[in-house]
Amino acid sequence: MIAIVDYGVGNLFSLSSSLKMIGADCVVTSDECVIRAADKIILPGVGAFEDARAKLSASGLDKVVIEEARRGKALLGICLGMQMLFEKSYEYGEHEGLGLLKGNVVGMQDRLPEELMIPHIGWNSLKIKQSHPIFKYVNEGDYVYFVHSYYAEGCEDSLLATTEYGREITAAVANGNITGTQFHPEKSGEVGLGILRAFAEWECKI
Amino acid sequence: MITKRIIPCLDVKDGRVVKGVNFLGLSDVSSPVELAKAYSELGADELVFYDITASYEGRALFTDILTEAASKIFIPLTVGGGINTLADFDRVLKCGADKVSVNSGAIRNPSLIGEAAKRYGDQCVVISCDVKRVDGEFRVFAKGGREDTGMEAISWIKHCVDMGAGEVVVNSIDTDGVKGGFDIEMLRAVRKTVKVPVIASGGAGSIQHFIDLFKEIPDIDAGLAASVFHFGEIEIRDLKEKLRENGISVRL
Repeated sequence: MIAIVDYGVGNLFSLSSSLKMIGADCVVTSDECVIRAADKIILPGVGAFEDARAKLSASGLDKVVIEEARRGKALLGICLGMQMLFEKSYEYGEHEGLGLLKGNVVGMQDRLPEELMIPHIGWNSLKIKQSHPIFKYVNEGDYVYFVHSYYAEGCEDSLLATTEYGREITAAVANGNITGTQFHPEKSGEVGLGILRAFAEWECKI
Repeated sequence: MITKRIIPCLDVKDGRVVKGVNFLGLSDVSSPVELAKAYSELGADELVFYDITASYEGRALFTDILTEAASKIFIPLTVGGGINTLADFDRVLKCGADKVSVNSGAIRNPSLIGEAAKRYGDQCVVISCDVKRVDGEFRVFAKGGREDTGMEAISWIKHCVDMGAGEVVVNSIDTDGVKGGFDIEMLRAVRKTVKVPVIASGGAGSIQHFIDLFKEIPDIDAGLAASVFHFGEIEIRDLKEKLRENGISVRL
């Protein structure tokens, strides 16, 4: 069973539909017991970092996610959910992340060539940096769908894939059982479904 | 490398696709979900569902269709038509929309874009603008292109982006339905004014028109069309192959 953490941010309909489409057993939940009992956790998220982080804290589920991840349970953060895995975000100020991965989240503004549009919206190709079970069905150059104005940097060894947008932007990260994608696998057609399938199939033993 | 997006638009009325559909290989050509699925399989990068019903029943039917589409199609979905309040945003986002396109609603309620961007994020809010040349300037038209608002379009679009719109759809009334190509002059004027993605709409009649669009304005992000796709005059996969042959980056 995969628990999709519902902490009042964003639209979880497509994500749960995509998991159902690939035949994965999943539940959208804000119940601590359900998350603790699940085999795997997905931490979704859209919108502003500060607001989402505050809602996750207010729900008390941040501690649950951290504890379960440290215990070795497979975790997938998506988009803002991935950004929250890091130490800090500098989106409108400075905010503490969950500290599960090394690195910080910074804005594209002033870091990209002038002519590029922000947000980075659309289908962009993946440059794979290392292999990982969640990328079992992904090939170099596959296209996935991005929508974001901030990105993670300083990910060091956990960098799984990047994408080119004026510079190399972190597209996916993984450190053992803790994984994340900046792009939306639930909106990335067959490639995205393949990533979710691989996550569902992953026999994560830490 | 970021790719240029090809976006079919489905106008939905009382649960059916309008503007006429003549699409090979579909058993029910005016079923929005069937058509959307076919487009997704052919390589559409995104889909727009435009609700042109006015009745309450029609609206309920539309949200049912959207829900069904979002449970079967895993590419981005944008919804427009009849978006006037935050409650309208909420209604379509809950059914699986990723982005919400505002047109007349933003003219009637000037704070809508700002409030929606604050609540759902800039990436979720699309300003869609029907534009026509009047007395040597670009004018914003409302009510599906029937009413001249008297507002100058470029400054209106810039204002909407400043308020938080994360993407702009420019629909040229002057070229719409003519099938003589996109409105390069108008699109260029918008492109150089805002720093968010711009989607071209109105005028596509052939593959060459898409090639011209992306060659003439290399930093335009996407091309949107309806009837040329519905009638099978342009097949999406074919279009993307031709774009690639012309050195334009697409997802294939």
